[in-house]
Amino acid sequence: MAVIRWLGNDDVFSRLDRMQRDMDRLATGMFPAFGSDLSGSPRVGLYPPLNIFDDSESFKVHAEVPGVKPSDIDISVTGNTLTIRGERTMPSVPEGASWHRRERQMGRFRRSLTLPEQIDASKVSARCENGVLEILLPRAESAKQRKIEIKV
Amino acid sequence: MTEKEKKEMETTEKKAIERSGAESTREGVLYVPDVDIVETDEAITLWVDVPGARRDQVDIDINENVLTLTARVEPPAWERPLYREYDVGGFERRFTLGEKVDQEKISAKLEDGVMILTVPKAAPHEPRKIAIA
Repeated sequence: MAVIRWLGNDDVFSRLDRMQRDMDRLATGMFPAFGSDLSGSPRVGLYPPLNIFDDSESFKVHAEVPGVKPSDIDISVTGNTLTIRGERTMPSVPEGASWHRRERQMGRFRRSLTLPEQIDASKVSARCENGVLEILLPRAESAKQRKIEIKV
Repeated sequence: MTEKEKKEMETTEKKAIERSGAESTREGVLYVPDVDIVETDEAITLWVDVPGARRDQVDIDINENVLTLTARVEPPAWERPLYREYDVGGFERRFTLGEKVDQEKISAKLEDGVMILTVPKAAPHEPRKIAIA
């Protein structure tokens, strides 16, 4: 299991830091980052690959999990850490059938992710539609941006 | 299979379709979907991973023994991307059907982002004995 962590917010330093990590990722090929690999061979990483979005109210995590039944996915939140567990099971095939292609991977998966800010664990929701998992993690009230008025 | 023997899954980067030759007139990237193909005495079954495609976005076309599966997938219009490990795009793959299949009876269903195609085999021709008068 791997834990991804962000430190800090969207300031210029964390952006540079992120760029640095993107470069590292491209160089080491640990994650299937976007862009094409120079060697031409597909890179291998953790399953499922995640896309994360931020709309200031909440974080949104997307994962492509085709063939995984929603009932076979287990999502839990502890503090700021989101854990996705599940299993993709082989379709039932009659005895004596012959396989011509077997490209779809089957097996268990588990991934954890630590978000950079406090989230409200009680308000986390998830849905899975057409093989795409979407998890919505609202920020905790204390982590939301607040405008402070200056008293005169 | 016990818990320990079960394989841990890994992610393989999506394979984008290279448009060498003819230029694509459609926008967006197309990927080669992963597929499982199983043959029994009665039929050939294909499982094609097309995550994100709705039923009305998948097209199945048969032309001269070539089955083409195309799935359009709209990338989400998002706020601020914070971290990205995969790109969203459509899928396309072609399969050559043998002569022994019944093209009229091909059935398809979409289940949790997987297109399941069942291609029944044509009934073998019964040998017919011709009596000499």
